[in-house]
Amino acid sequence: MKNGTRSESDTVFYFLVYFIAAIAFVITLYPFLYIIAVSFSGSQAVYQGKVFIFPVDLTIDGYKQVIKQTGLWRAYGNTLFYVIAGTAFNLVATTMAAFPLSRRSFRGRRFFNFFIAFTMYFSGGLIPTYLLTTNLGLYNSRWVMIIPGLLSTYNVMVCRSAFSAIPEELMESAKIDGANDWQIFYSVAIRLITPTLAVLTLYYAVGHWNEFFRALLYISDEKLIPVQVLLRRILIQSSGELLGSNVSSDDKAAVSIQIRYVTIVITTLPILTIYPLLQKYFVKGVMVGAVKG
Amino acid sequence: MTVKPRTAEVQKPPKYNWYVFTKNVERDKYLLLMFLPIVVYYVVFHYIPMSGAIIAFKAFKPGGGIFNGEWVGLKWFLQFFESPFAYRTIRNTILISLYSIAFGFPIPILFALCITEIPNSRIRRSVQTVSYMPHFISTVVLVGIITNFFTMDNSGMINNIIVKSGGERVDFLINPGWFRTLYVSSGIWQNFGFNSIIYIAAISGIDPTLYEAAKIDGINKFQQIFYITIPMIATTIIILFILQLGGIMSVGFEKVFLMYSPSVYETADVISTYVYRKGIESSNYSFATAVGLFNSVINFLFVYTANRICRATTETSLW
Repeated sequence: MKNGTRSESDTVFYFLVYFIAAIAFVITLYPFLYIIAVSFSGSQAVYQGKVFIFPVDLTIDGYKQVIKQTGLWRAYGNTLFYVIAGTAFNLVATTMAAFPLSRRSFRGRRFFNFFIAFTMYFSGGLIPTYLLTTNLGLYNSRWVMIIPGLLSTYNVMVCRSAFSAIPEELMESAKIDGANDWQIFYSVAIRLITPTLAVLTLYYAVGHWNEFFRALLYISDEKLIPVQVLLRRILIQSSGELLGSNVSSDDKAAVSIQIRYVTIVITTLPILTIYPLLQKYFVKGVMVGAVKG
Repeated sequence: MTVKPRTAEVQKPPKYNWYVFTKNVERDKYLLLMFLPIVVYYVVFHYIPMSGAIIAFKAFKPGGGIFNGEWVGLKWFLQFFESPFAYRTIRNTILISLYSIAFGFPIPILFALCITEIPNSRIRRSVQTVSYMPHFISTVVLVGIITNFFTMDNSGMINNIIVKSGGERVDFLINPGWFRTLYVSSGIWQNFGFNSIIYIAAISGIDPTLYEAAKIDGINKFQQIFYITIPMIATTIIILFILQLGGIMSVGFEKVFLMYSPSVYETADVISTYVYRKGIESSNYSFATAVGLFNSVINFLFVYTANRICRATTETSLW
């Protein structure tokens, strides 16, 4: 038998729960829908602020205009290179750092742990790093997007805990079979931490995709800039570089706004469509990090 | 056959001498070889810049290596603290952090409490998936969205909504009074869903028999939240809160840099953006290094203290 006041307060409770969830849902989703709607709307309708949720004067002119721009595709290609090459280097280095640190028998393990962990809490700062990087001749080199960010210490810690979770007996038995530490590393240990490697791959790849500041500091060569630098010019500094030459000056302001929204869609959609498929790895990543390293 | 206890080696460290050392090196040679490039990386890209911070006490001139220059003692530090920028940048750094914590910290907890109570798993999952989405937008695109949404032009979505509901257009982007609000609220929009993951996990780890027992005792849903769920995730909440307080002196440079403009420097300029302008744009390397070093040291003290408090109160720490 149900207590009257209890079920009444539970009704209020569920109303509140659904209400808050609905607000969260709308607030997160609406900006995306609006951006997509604007990107498909006529430039004058956008300019006059007529779009609210559905496209007005449906058109794909903005997309046609943006797709023709070689500058954007070159930047996209550069970013793709930085993501793939950078992540590959990251993974090799991270596992090579994490494996020795996870071995209990490794002499100097405590010292090396401190040696790398300390850099998470103290850094020389922007200027010394900048001076060093330019002195090493990395200015306007593709390597600058790969080498200085070779390791994320946090990710090394995550990887180290994954290696530590492997039962020591497995490695011992490989050793008895005559394997040396290097062979244990690449034929036993690496294979046993693939879920963690997936998480690390995602984290590093997203990091490279979003990297902006490093490129701003060290890359001025137009041929090497990643897409985020170009996006800053188009979206925030409102430069009209994706405008075609055939646009009349009256339309310029209107078309430039439309193009900004198209650019947001083109550069954000890939990540947003891939991510729900990989969601469980991101969620797992948060949990891996939460376990004490 | 008996298995040798695996900790045997560790339990009894042999007496340390040259012979043991060479034996250990010989035994661990592959591990050491593997770790060698890592050491080189950390020395070059972390420890050399760290020692390069010495130019904060020198009059650095470009072109002669990264350590050169005459000693000038605390000249640059004094110059910074005597300028009005010290107060302005430190205040802005702390205020932006405090507002972000005050408004941004409770929301993921509230969201997690709601989401886990939704009985319908399909609704629950779709709300969750949507709520993580903004986390995957880059800072550049986020700021691009902010500037295009909040512009005073006719195309500015927010101002159009304000006008439609009978208000006046607001100069969000050039009025210093709006900067922190925009910064903090866009940060919440971007991260509340993702930051709730850890609480959702903590809540789903609670033993269900607790709730069953409570149900028999006749408590309602609100009481369940206050007497079971919140106390059960209190440790997680406390740890994350202390660690956030520890990061108070490190405001994300990128977002401020992308969002601000000279008209809002008064409320937007933080220590790291000031270092960037002084060092990279105006080439006052030593001065900017000094300001940056001040920030690093204070930041380190905050993080260290937060970590100690964390360890003392909850026996959990980063180290």
